[in-house]
Amino acid sequence: MEYGLDLEYSFNEFLKGFGLSSEIAHIIWLPLPMLLVLVAAVVGVLVTVWLERKISAAAQQRIGPEYAGALGVLQPIADGLKLLVKEDIIPAKADGILFTAGPILVLVPVILSWLIVPFGQNLLISNVGIGIFLWIALSSIQPIGLLMSGYASNNKYSLLGGLRAAAQSISYEIPLALSVLAIVLMTNSLSTVDIVNQQSGAGILSWNIWRQPVGFIVFWICALAECERLPFDLPEAEEELVAGYQTEYAGMKFALFYLGSYINLILSALLVSILYLGGWGFPIPVELIAKFLNLPINAPFIQVFTASIGIVMTVLKAYLLVFIAILLRWTTPRVRIDQLLDLGWKFLLPISLANLLITAGLKLAFPQFFGG
Amino acid sequence: MSIAITTQFICFTILSLVVIIGALGVVLLESIVYSAFLLGGVFMSVAGLYLLLNASFVAAAQVLVYVGAVNVLIIFAIMLVNKKEDLKPINDIKSRRVISTSICLTLLSLLIRVDLTNVWSLSSPQNSIGEESTIRIGEHLFSDYLLPFEVASVLLLMAMIGAIVLARRDVMSKDISTGLPVDQELIEKSSEPLLTNKN
Repeated sequence: MEYGLDLEYSFNEFLKGFGLSSEIAHIIWLPLPMLLVLVAAVVGVLVTVWLERKISAAAQQRIGPEYAGALGVLQPIADGLKLLVKEDIIPAKADGILFTAGPILVLVPVILSWLIVPFGQNLLISNVGIGIFLWIALSSIQPIGLLMSGYASNNKYSLLGGLRAAAQSISYEIPLALSVLAIVLMTNSLSTVDIVNQQSGAGILSWNIWRQPVGFIVFWICALAECERLPFDLPEAEEELVAGYQTEYAGMKFALFYLGSYINLILSALLVSILYLGGWGFPIPVELIAKFLNLPINAPFIQVFTASIGIVMTVLKAYLLVFIAILLRWTTPRVRIDQLLDLGWKFLLPISLANLLITAGLKLAFPQFFGG
Repeated sequence: MSIAITTQFICFTILSLVVIIGALGVVLLESIVYSAFLLGGVFMSVAGLYLLLNASFVAAAQVLVYVGAVNVLIIFAIMLVNKKEDLKPINDIKSRRVISTSICLTLLSLLIRVDLTNVWSLSSPQNSIGEESTIRIGEHLFSDYLLPFEVASVLLLMAMIGAIVLARRDVMSKDISTGLPVDQELIEKSSEPLLTNKN
């Protein structure tokens, strides 16, 4: 299965052509994919913010942003600029150090998690062996940042918002991890690349969504709850808590929260598409198309073609899920905090446990369909 | 010295400094909230040390369990009972501090002795398994370490049941610590309809 572009190898060979040692070439290579992914994440946020504005407008029969660029595409950039030049305020009675560290602790784990998002066979920053487990571990750091900013703001709404965010995050992490575990059980590997390759056998028919429909729904609900999107946006419920833990924040510190929540949304959508919707796989396997057209699979232009199809498919699937998330946000009411915790602990947790057990049983009974 | 080894050395120095200074801060700082957050930093740095030792699964498990669960729950509990309370001054604080410092120093000297006497180097460097370690840990947990693993889970279950019994006062008629009859008023008040007495 080792086909596809290996940009790192070609880049290193290219630099070695200038007489550099392989270590220096590696050091020059290292920041490039990180920078690329960071830029991709920020551009993804801009696109999502624009989509959010446009789709919410359509859902409410408004027009939405219209004058900043064609169809208002420059509106998110204007938003970002506004936050960038806004005065940074730290309330007089707030705890300065924790107040500043909170938003950073919220944003950094989310961006670190992009380490494992594959856009193709070799198109990811690092194919670490613990793969998806790294994301679960990193996403568990976030509540500390939320609690920190909620406490440091010295404001009862902020503190309540922070506490709610932490409670919500802890309760939905468990069904989330259990539904990921069912996928891992079928793949025999934690690596995201292996998880996608396991689904690439027969195109759309071999995607995990058909074998794990319950897991897919549980994962999607939990991902929405982890992103604090409506119907689960209790930590920042406007009517009750002003803006939750964000109440006292302004300027760039608020922008960090804003960026963090949208990057997290895109990341969750990407991970749903990787875990359940075949990742970079085309609905019809590319090898089949190449065979049908009598083209060699290793030809350079076929490889570039499959790589670009892979990126387009990953992004397309992710944005389809982002669209559903936005639509859900503007059409559903918010749940109450007791309903939220009941749903997490009394419904999703037993269901995901049963799903894991049934997957293990099916794997023993039908090893050819559920991974041997 | 190659670039990889230099990077490793710099990372090790920074991480160990953070662990030592952070741990001192956890013990010595007056504010309990700062101590709790610093504890999280110490746990993270220990995870970083595991990463340097090529044990990525252990590092991720450390982050998930110690930072994501233990530390979050500690901070959560501190913030739920966030009362500004003036602690009573203790009379013999000096002698207590001397005793606790000497106990800590004795433990430290014991650890240093273990460090100096034990042979740390592996028999052969080829034995490091890196990414394979996840599978090896799983195999050990389900073969020779099966009994300790299951006993630990039973222990956790017992602790959980105990916590629930302590937290839910309606299962007992008497308060455990004071022996007084329990005030059953506030239990699950939210589930009662709010407008029952408004006729």
